[in-house]
Amino acid sequence: MVELALPRHSQVKEGKTFPAPAGAKTVKTFKIYRWDPETGENPRVDSYDIDLDACGPMVLDALIKIKNEIDPSLTFRRSCREGICGSCSMNIAGGNTLACIKPIEECKGDVPIYPLPHMDVIKDLVPDLMKIWAQYESVEPWLQAETTAPSRERLQSPEEREKLDGLWECILCFSCSTGCPSYWWNSDRFLGPAILLQAYRWIADSRDESTGERLDNLEDPFRLYRCHTIMNCTRTCPKGLNPAKAIGEIKKLMVERR
Amino acid sequence: MAKTARPLSPHLQIYSWKFTMLLSILHRATGIALAGGTLLLVYWLSAAASGAAAFADAQGIIGSWFGLLVLFGFSYALFFHLCNGIRHLFWDAGYGFDLGTAWASALVTIVVSAALTVIAWLAGISFMGGL
Repeated sequence: MVELALPRHSQVKEGKTFPAPAGAKTVKTFKIYRWDPETGENPRVDSYDIDLDACGPMVLDALIKIKNEIDPSLTFRRSCREGICGSCSMNIAGGNTLACIKPIEECKGDVPIYPLPHMDVIKDLVPDLMKIWAQYESVEPWLQAETTAPSRERLQSPEEREKLDGLWECILCFSCSTGCPSYWWNSDRFLGPAILLQAYRWIADSRDESTGERLDNLEDPFRLYRCHTIMNCTRTCPKGLNPAKAIGEIKKLMVERR
Repeated sequence: MAKTARPLSPHLQIYSWKFTMLLSILHRATGIALAGGTLLLVYWLSAAASGAAAFADAQGIIGSWFGLLVLFGFSYALFFHLCNGIRHLFWDAGYGFDLGTAWASALVTIVVSAALTVIAWLAGISFMGGL
């Protein structure tokens, strides 16, 4: 359902301010969404003034600096710090991306940082991803083949393999799905761009023999057709992929198989 | 377990607006406006069917400055929805998904629909010999 405003208990209040250390020359303010499940209070936005001369270049560097030196209670997911694990996806300066590969200098003025939009928050910048992982499971993201397994790998021609480029690189950070207004309003039934791109990754795989069943599973007014080509997914993908095009290809296949 | 219900993270409140996003919501808004405009059309036709006095009333309302403004908006909604609908047809055929093209086609939709609206009104006004 479309609900433009946040529920009462989700409305964000102003929080604490942490000034930069004396003598800092290049100061940047990070305004970070905070919510502590223990207190029962509404979420707030804390301001941290960071000395950029004593901080790494990426937004994740600033978050780690805050956690290490200023406020150890700040909670966020991170792992690889090089844009391949997909853990540190969040909303930075109005767009979803990975904190580890988002340069601080790309952000003009203060840097607002929020969890992935329209998700249940577990704590601070950590959203609950249980539902979206369940949706991922629903597209059965593994190779399905009825034919007898060959004594070696199932082969693909270079051309067939090429069809997977732009699909296999998805790291499931869910920047796209949580940047999609259609997913905001209908995440209970619409699969969203990340999951549909993953679904297409198996549909497009020449070795997979379940294309018909996969399309059957997607042929639904909500699961697939809530995509209205808003293009937020493609614009926000930190890996430069194009979920909107993958969804377009699925829609085309739906017509072609009639 | 959390003591309180988990909050919903901010969405529209914090997401920066993109051109393609604006076009998408305009497509829906103009679609709704067209439904409203169609009711206006039905009113006008049924007034015409009800006799000279009712038709004169309807003409008075629609011919007022406010009526003309609504008609102008109605016609823009029609041309916008038409142009963006053609944009959707290209997407349905599998074309125009890369970011640059999607942005350019959005701009074309805005410009062409505005031009068509102006042309239609100029043609209409000259056909009637002035307002």
